[in-house]
Amino acid sequence: MTASAFEKWTSLTGIKVFGHAASISTRRVLLTLHEKNLDFELVHVDLKDGEHKKEPFLSRNPFGKVPAFEDGDLKLFESRAITQYIAHRYEGQGTNLLQPDSKNLAHYAIMAIGMQVEAHQFDPVASKLAWEHVFKLIYGLTTDQAIVAEEEAKLAKVLDVYEARLKEFKYLAGDTFTLTDLHHIPAIQYLLGTPSKKLFTERPRVNEWVAEIIKRPASQKILE
Amino acid sequence: MMRTILQGRLLPPPPINLRHSSLLSSPSHSHSNLKFTSKSSPSTPTLTMASIKVHGVPMSTATMRVLAALYEKELDFELIPVDMRAGAHKQEPFLSLNPFGQIPALQDGDLTLFESRAITEYIADEYSEKGEKLLCPGCNKVKALTKVWLQVEGQQFDPIASKIAFERIFKGMFGMTTDPAAVQELEGKLVRVLDIYEARLSKSEFLACDCFTLADLHHLPVIHYLMGTDSKTLFESRPKVSEWIKKITARPAWAKVLELHKQ
Repeated sequence: MTASAFEKWTSLTGIKVFGHAASISTRRVLLTLHEKNLDFELVHVDLKDGEHKKEPFLSRNPFGKVPAFEDGDLKLFESRAITQYIAHRYEGQGTNLLQPDSKNLAHYAIMAIGMQVEAHQFDPVASKLAWEHVFKLIYGLTTDQAIVAEEEAKLAKVLDVYEARLKEFKYLAGDTFTLTDLHHIPAIQYLLGTPSKKLFTERPRVNEWVAEIIKRPASQKILE
Repeated sequence: MMRTILQGRLLPPPPINLRHSSLLSSPSHSHSNLKFTSKSSPSTPTLTMASIKVHGVPMSTATMRVLAALYEKELDFELIPVDMRAGAHKQEPFLSLNPFGQIPALQDGDLTLFESRAITEYIADEYSEKGEKLLCPGCNKVKALTKVWLQVEGQQFDPIASKIAFERIFKGMFGMTTDPAAVQELEGKLVRVLDIYEARLSKSEFLACDCFTLADLHHLPVIHYLMGTDSKTLFESRPKVSEWIKKITARPAWAKVLELHKQ
């Protein structure tokens, strides 16, 4: 879709994402919007120019990180808060990103655990690897292989836990695709294009899960 | 007994515990389970099911986060110590509670949870009618803002603040030495976060809204530790932040958590 076509649609929904199409955290939000078939405008923030560290962006996120988000007069930041807002607010449409029985608090808690694990166990490591293998090169820096080795060892331990989990369930929070799985997709997509890919492919259930979640139409859309 | 993280699987009921009106069981056994009641109980012993169990230790920041929520909610629970020095958290049976080998884990009947921030959210939701409200009442908009500040604590504050606490306090406990350069670098990052908190707290009484929520509570353990170190000046020099800390640390539920450090 062209930028102008986006603008035509946004007058209907008022959803705006302020971020960068290649950014892992921005993509987390874009994925959620695509899964929900929601129209939105992606307002490009020029990271190379440091736009995210200046006004007016800082008024949207004082921590100076993409993405920021707007739905009508509601303004949010922190990608995982935004995705949760979207999943709840638009529960009735598109893909259900919550547990099938969304009022069951025990089941919700299981999903919440998975979201915490992604944020605290998986993402810090996966992001460092993506930085070393991919983003550093864009900025003309070189990969530090010692860091790669260290982080891959940590990721292997996390993925061993995932492997055991996915032997019992089709997805991380149960038998359906939820936000918990979605939050992993952008970092995984990057890592699949690097030597770290082997950590995923050498674990059979993880490998299957990865294949499932990246082939989703929404997951393909964010790569365009 | 294997406790697995599953949806609705029936497990044998937990053992029946005798609860007395005294707050603590006698520490005569090295591995005694510490049973706590949040309110004063009847003076005669009663047979009860200790439905909530926390596996952790009182000094652990993540365990403290969960204990604070339980006390705020005036819920009865049992604190089951985990022998960290012996590496119990990295072995069975603990790994069946949390395969990532970190405390705390919580059992509520046949539900097993880990990750302190998922546990506190569950406590706030499941027991929403009991004790203090830990989430802002209101519509989606208010809930969304709470989620934002919950993420801020987890993603912006804690990674930095925990490392400072580790450098200044926990390293010493493990016979390691503080790295002053690391502390300086981390404090440089923390002040930028605290400046944002200062601005936020000039517009809002608490972080997410005008009521105390989990977004504030989650900060308590690490702030508590840092206020006992030279890093406290970073907080004290910011009036709104300082005021906020005084308010949240004065809460009776928090005092009960700190009581556990005295045993």
